[in-house]
Parts: sequence; C-alpha cells; structure tokens
Amino acid sequence: MSQHETEKPHLPPPSLWPLGFAIGIACLLTGLVVSWVAAAVGAVIALVFGFLWIRDVTSAVRVPAVPVEPETRPRAPALGDGAPAPTEGEDGMPLMSEQEIGETYSRSGFLSFTTLGLGAVIGGVITVPVLGFAVLPSFTNQRKQNVELGPLEEFPEGRYVIATYLEDPEIGEVSRRTMFVRNNGLLETAPSFTILFSRCVHLGCPVQPNGPVDADKMKKVGEFNVELTPVQPSGFGCPCHGGQYDTEGNRTAGPPVRALDRAEFSVRDGKLWLGEYYSVGKVEGTGARARIQRYGHASPGVHVDGIESWLYPIEVPG
Amino acid sequence: MYPLDWLEERSGLIGATKYFLFRKVPRDTSWFHTLGSATLTAFLVQAITGVILAFYYKPDADSAYESIQAITNDLTLGWLVRGMHRWGASVFVILMFLHMARVFLFGAYKYPRELNWIIGVLLLALGLAEGFTGYLLPWDQTAYWATVVGININATAPFLGPFIAQFLQGGAAIGDDTLSKFYALHMLAIPGALMGLIGLHLYLVMRLGVTSPPWSKEAAGRDRAPVVEPTTNGRSGLTRPGSRGRSNGS
Repeated sequence: MSQHETEKPHLPPPSLWPLGFAIGIACLLTGLVVSWVAAAVGAVIALVFGFLWIRDVTSAVRVPAVPVEPETRPRAPALGDGAPAPTEGEDGMPLMSEQEIGETYSRSGFLSFTTLGLGAVIGGVITVPVLGFAVLPSFTNQRKQNVELGPLEEFPEGRYVIATYLEDPEIGEVSRRTMFVRNNGLLETAPSFTILFSRCVHLGCPVQPNGPVDADKMKKVGEFNVELTPVQPSGFGCPCHGGQYDTEGNRTAGPPVRALDRAEFSVRDGKLWLGEYYSVGKVEGTGARARIQRYGHASPGVHVDGIESWLYPIEVPG
Repeated sequence: MYPLDWLEERSGLIGATKYFLFRKVPRDTSWFHTLGSATLTAFLVQAITGVILAFYYKPDADSAYESIQAITNDLTLGWLVRGMHRWGASVFVILMFLHMARVFLFGAYKYPRELNWIIGVLLLALGLAEGFTGYLLPWDQTAYWATVVGININATAPFLGPFIAQFLQGGAAIGDDTLSKFYALHMLAIPGALMGLIGLHLYLVMRLGVTSPPWSKEAAGRDRAPVVEPTTNGRSGLTRPGSRGRSNGS
C-alpha cells in the first residue's frame, strides 16, 4: 500500500437509513411474538429502509446506463447466388482472424480453470463424506426406546408412581430416565396409562413431583434397573426456572411452552412396557378420557402448536 | 553470537522477532493497552495446563468423573494445574471482554482496523465456545445439567435450532457421545481455530500499529502525505476539534 492510499479511507458516507432498518427489524421480531400486524408493519419498514440504504450506499458505484448503438454487420450473401464462399476472405484466410486477437479463452486460462476445477473435485470427494460422518451419525440409527417397567400390580389405579430406569443399560447411569406413571384403569376393555416424561419442556431440567415422596417404599424390579416409588403429587414443578404443571402435564405457570412430553406404552404378559416419546400441545380432560394433542417428539423449548411452531418447520429425524 | 547468526541467516526469524518487539508504538500508550497481551497470556496458560490435564483425563462416561477426582485429590500437584485451568478459563473470558471494551472505548476498531475487530469477535465467540464445551468435561451433576440447559437453549433457535442441539449432543439425549464430542471440540477443533485467528489478529496489530488513546495530543502512526481536506466531517466524536487529524499535514 502506498503512502498516499492510506489517506483515503474507504468509508461509506454517514447515513440514517440503517436506523430505520434496525427499527423495522426490531418491530418485525417483536411482532412475531405480539401480533401479526406489528410484524407486517415492521417488515414493510425494514424493506423500505433497507432498499433506501442499499440505494444510498451504492449510489457512488451506480452510473446511469450509457445508450449503446445497435451492432450492425454486413449481411452475409445468400448461398447459391454465385458469390464466393462466405467463410474465406480474399487472401484465403478465415474471416474470424481479426477476432482471435482478443482471445476470450486462452490456453493458460483453460489450464488454470482445469487445475482449479480438478482441485475442487478432489477436495469435494474428500470433504463431503467426512462432513457427512461428522453430522449424520447424530441423526441416524437412533435407539428406539423399549423398556419394561414391571408388572401391572405395581401401578395402583389412580395413583402416580415415579419410575426411573436405564434407557440403555450398556452406557449405564448416564442414561437413567424418570417417568411419572399413573394407571387410569380400563377404558372400555383397553388399559389406560398416563406416562409423563420428567424432562421440563422449558429447557430440559428434571421436573419434581409437588408432594411428599415416600422413598422407603421404593422397589427395584426388572432388568432395566427400574426403581418404582409411589407418590401423590398435586402437580409437578421444575427447580431450574420455576415451570409448573398440573397432574395431566399441562403448564400452569412459568416459562414452559407446551405440556409435558409423554411416552407410548404397551402391556405384554401382564407387564408395562414403555415405547417412544411424543410431545403434547395441550391435554383436555383427565385420566383415561383425556384428549391429547399429540406431536412428534420435539426438543425442550420448541413450540409444537400456535404461530411460534412456524419457527420450527422441520422435524428432527431419529 | 554464532548460533543466533546461523539462525538469522537461514530464517530471518531474529530480525522478525526484533521487528515485532521493538516496533514503534505511540508515546502515550498506557496500561489499558496491555489487556490484549494479558488475554494472550491467559490463553497460553489455558493451552499449556489443558495439554497437561489431558495426560490424565479420560473422556469416557464411565471414568471421566473418577479421573477428575484423581487429578484433584490423588495426583501430585494435580489440584494446582486443574485449578489454574478452571479459574484461568474465567480470567480468559473476563480479559477478552475488558480488551474488547478498551478497543471499543478508544475507537480502535475504526479504519483501517475494522477487520481486526471482526477477527476479535470470532475469537470471543470461540472463547465462549471453549467455556461451554469445557464445562461438561468434569461430568458431574452441575456439568451435566448446565449442558442440558445450554444445548436446549440452542434448540430453541428458529429453523435449525433443533438440528444444532441434536448435533451437539450426538443423538436424542446427552450421553457418552456428547462427552467425546465436546472433548474433541474443546481439545482440538476450537483451540486450533483460536490459534490461527490469534496469529492473524497479531499480524494485523503489527501491520496496522497500535492506536493512541483518544485523549492523545499527538498524531499517531508514521509521517504521511499532506492531507486532502475531506468533504465530509470525518472526526470521531471522541476527539477535540483540531487536536488530531487536521494537524497531521501541517
């Protein structure tokens, strides 16, 4: 850089448009939470001011279009009227030779593009599978939960039992999960259970039952290291940020965005088996008669219903 | 001295080092200007203590907690090095913010140093990522639940959030894979990126020089060609009219 160049900083001139643009964006984001009207107004403001800003910033490099004379060339004589072949001039050289002086595609240009292109292909062949290996295993071949919680007698009708178990006994205690299981009795002839997953749907802390836990009555059953403790909660509460839920898992207070997640169940040979998790928007009614708005299992903090769910359009596989 | 001459003749490194150490800086630099070097020192402490902790740490769900207990309670001087790494992490983050505040308040992010500010922002983000990934490694209850909450905060980001969260925990829940992934990021990926960017950061500091404080009465930098009076008012709000900029050429 020469001495003189340092005296000419490449700075855009001062401009007020970004201020309006920022206000528009802020209004848009607030509107996403508050109301669609505010969001639309914000979007319009941001678009208008963004356009004006870009116009302002690029005013120096934009030049008015220069009118160009339409290109004219002598009309080629039609074939077959006795004129000499149109591809050759008077001295036998091709007519194209004049244009070849300014070559558009030179040999060295071709070679450097080939080298770069070949390098890109080699780089891609190496990088793509490696990146795939870095990302894909987290989303494929995920374990399907299939855990035996114990014989049905351990789950008295109308009462909650805290069931903790190892989701994957091979990796040990780190896979210990807690479910709140309530036997709702029979609906017609089918067994009915309410099985709430203990992870708070705010940010994933362990929800606790609001009520005395009789730790002395804890029982260990089965091969999944299941521990069953009876409890009679008035609801569930999260110690981290104060989320509160009622006995159906509906949010009653605090920051959670939906009802507590649940797990599917099946009864085989008189034993209760846990299946997949699923997320719940809202529960209407109670016990066996509850109507559950069911969604695929979502991360804590992710909205499954309402306008906010539009922010999470793609369900995570696996 | 012969060995130094031998090295200088073959590499030019002695001259480069001298150039770096004895380059000119503004007369009125102060203690504020040492915050960057302090941050670098904190980073070097983290790098060295981190490598030594890795001699004894086992990134495995079954033995991580026990190996940390062994480092703290059994191994000679382990408590000291782990303590340096643990508290040094906080010192590093605090110093990064102080350094950033100094650069901001002195207006040192302005032309021609905008790119160095951008690199600094990347360094800050990577430094915080080091803090986040390192926090899981003790593998105790605090580490586990703090990481659960941290990952789930990532999950609430629109559109890609849930994917980022599942990528970070290496599956549907935090487990063995999360620990090894965080260990690899904490040990290899992020420190590598940090070192590269720190090199670039220092190169730009050397190339562009140190800014004098806003209260400086002297023109900074080398002698310049006569100033062409700018058409717009280019003064920063922090300088008094006529104290800098205009006096350069006269």
